Amino acid sequence: MSKQINIKRGYDIKLKGKAQGTVQELSLSTYALKPTDFHGMFPKLSVRVGEKVKRGTTVFFNKNRDYIKIPSPVSGTITEVVRGAKRKMLEIRIEADGSDEFVAFEKANPSSLSQEKIIDQLIASGLWSLIRQRPYNVIADPKDQPKAVFISGFDSAPLAANVDLVIKGQEAAFQAGIDALAKLTVGKVHLNVCSETKSAMLLQAKGAEITSFKGPHPAGNVGIQIHHISPINKGDIVWTVQPQDVITIGNLFILGQYNSELTIALTGSEVSKPQYFKIHRGAHIAKILENQIQTKEDVRIISGNVLTGTRIERNGFLSYYHNMLSVIPEGNTYSFFGWLVPSPAKHSFYRTAFSWLSPNKEYALNTNINGGERAFVFTGELEKVFPMDILPIQLLKSILVNDIDQMEQLGIYELDEEDIALCEYISTSKINMQEIIRNGLNMMHKEMS
Amino acid sequence: MKLIRNILDTIKPHVQKGGKFQAFHSMYDAVDTLFFVPNHVTTSGSHIRDGVDMKRSMFVVVIAMVPALLFGMWNVGYMHFTSINISADLFESFWYGFLKVLPLILVSYGVGLGIEIAFAQSRGHEVNEGFFVSGMLIPLIVPVSTPLWIVAIAVAFAVIFGKEVFGGTGMNIVNPALLTRAILFFAYPSAMSGDKVWIAEKADAFSGATPLAELTAGHASGLSPLEMIIGAYPGSIGETSFIAIAIGAAILLFTGVGNWKIMASFFAGGAIMGLILNGFAGSFPNNSYLALPAWEHLLIGGFAFGGVFMITDPVTAAQTETGKWIYGFLGGLIAILVRVLNPAYPEGVMLAILFMNIFSPTIDYYVVESNIKKRMKRAKLAV
Repeated sequence: MSKQINIKRGYDIKLKGKAQGTVQELSLSTYALKPTDFHGMFPKLSVRVGEKVKRGTTVFFNKNRDYIKIPSPVSGTITEVVRGAKRKMLEIRIEADGSDEFVAFEKANPSSLSQEKIIDQLIASGLWSLIRQRPYNVIADPKDQPKAVFISGFDSAPLAANVDLVIKGQEAAFQAGIDALAKLTVGKVHLNVCSETKSAMLLQAKGAEITSFKGPHPAGNVGIQIHHISPINKGDIVWTVQPQDVITIGNLFILGQYNSELTIALTGSEVSKPQYFKIHRGAHIAKILENQIQTKEDVRIISGNVLTGTRIERNGFLSYYHNMLSVIPEGNTYSFFGWLVPSPAKHSFYRTAFSWLSPNKEYALNTNINGGERAFVFTGELEKVFPMDILPIQLLKSILVNDIDQMEQLGIYELDEEDIALCEYISTSKINMQEIIRNGLNMMHKEMS
Repeated sequence: MKLIRNILDTIKPHVQKGGKFQAFHSMYDAVDTLFFVPNHVTTSGSHIRDGVDMKRSMFVVVIAMVPALLFGMWNVGYMHFTSINISADLFESFWYGFLKVLPLILVSYGVGLGIEIAFAQSRGHEVNEGFFVSGMLIPLIVPVSTPLWIVAIAVAFAVIFGKEVFGGTGMNIVNPALLTRAILFFAYPSAMSGDKVWIAEKADAFSGATPLAELTAGHASGLSPLEMIIGAYPGSIGETSFIAIAIGAAILLFTGVGNWKIMASFFAGGAIMGLILNGFAGSFPNNSYLALPAWEHLLIGGFAFGGVFMITDPVTAAQTETGKWIYGFLGGLIAILVRVLNPAYPEGVMLAILFMNIFSPTIDYYVVESNIKKRMKRAKLAV
């Protein structure tokens, strides 16, 4: 049996609207790639509006790091480039033409290929973008020597998609993906699974070191898992890949093409029938949400989970790395003495409210901040939901004062925004901690490169 | 509630930037957010946020002080009527005390909040709820006969120089309520010590000395353990009743607002120093303070109040978990040390906590350093 690590500190926020059972296939026609999904991206288009692309054709690449190419998920026509302030590129929209032409790559068993060949094929196909590195959580640099590759085989975030279900039936591609990743590192490929998983595909994966994790969120965050297995010290680099992306990488070698299929979960209290959909990466969400939103009130649509996801509009697109959509009510209403009067609709981590009396209740939480921003006052609380040997308040303060030495000493390399998201949720001072951590990481990245 | 919202919405445009009364924006904001949690939604980071905010957390501390406050009000009346040898019933005593204590509370809140709002306005911040707690603490730790103008001056000085110059709640080095008391203590000693100040409108013939003053003078405290626990004896308004404070402690600990590590280690530190000093009682038979058993030290004077409401202030306490143990323990240790061994003041809790407030960043510094060293060591092992 594999090794088990118990995560004691953390917290599961129970929300209404978990996706159920079956997977429905949806064929959609509009897709988009969003340069803003990638940290440190300086996008340059390699195609023009009106030009035809195949599935796997590079749509844009990073000006400063040309090994980062983002491929088209479908064959079709580039219809529009949406730009924001200062002509910042926001979306490159693609209309599928149904012909399903694709860019063909060599088919081979990755175990028989050289490291160089694997890297070349990943870069050429654009699927290198699925491999990200810690520190900084940016797309990996193929010239680096990672000490290990980490795959988190489960997601513990609120309402997260069940990984066992979304990867079901793709054993061969998953195994091929692991084989390919194993060639990229001198160290191990770590596959971390949930202690409750029954998926044979995860538990019997070959060529990977399997560790099982037990405990509340954020146990499923790859950053937390790395911290407990092989923490990142200064100068260390590890690479991380999401489970469905391992399958995509595997398919590149088995099928010789970019298979952009993705199973996503549609979740949240405002969804009438939370369920799974099989779509392609970068899908337009309007059709997914058709007849699904059961309220006339304002809702917030989030690509990703409610703690770390990105807000998108009703006619927006799923982000590159996300495998779920969450729809929750907006909280843009006043509540009379809301800070004092107990309300069954409100949820709190603390015993100063009363939600601890009903630990199994599922909540329909809205986006109200439930207070105003204050300085750091209470201490000792963040540590309860932050299972790392890092002092969160001290680290956040060192970032606020731009003290690079201290940020490094206090362990910023090990963190990504998502790891601090629960701390942000429970903060009574309502401090935007993910933003602080991202600023710190960007500052470090700039300083170190 | 619609009505209040409508009134507030009517005022709003006038106090916003560019409005005629924009100088009152912070005051408006404080009132508005008191009545209504605003309709602000998340724009960055986590889309959902915990239902508890700073207001609610601070309010819990105020609630925890209510038993001590109510008892204190009764005790003010009880001591007054006892000193003039009139027997009064429970309500009479309470009402007398209520009328004596209420002005102190009003002055403390009025002056403190006024300054807080003025600073929030000039900085463009929201008004922080910290003074919710400080404003209630101050009346509880002064003698009942303290003149109101002195309280006003001390509060103003403490809030401005103890808190706002450092950047407001969350940035202060020392506990503002204790700083207020320290200023009173050193600037107006005649109003803060001696036998005359602890009982309102006391008859001259009645002694009126606190048990700690008796002990300093070399007499016995004159209280049975039960009397110490109940707390019907002269002292600062909120500090005398161990039971009332214990109820407050239970509220703080159950809700997790007060830190149990600091509280427990403070009492442990006090008990250990009490034991050590008590061990010398045989060598100095004339010193009644040394003869006091360690556990009685924890019951009388300001020790319990300080250990529950003062040293646990999260801003001025040590902020690391290991640091909290050291911080509380040293606080208790020094409080009893100062109380027993210094010849001038009967009590040492206030000075001990203020001293530890100043010392706590140093404790944290070493705890943080050890975390950093652990990480460096790990890096070396990996190479």
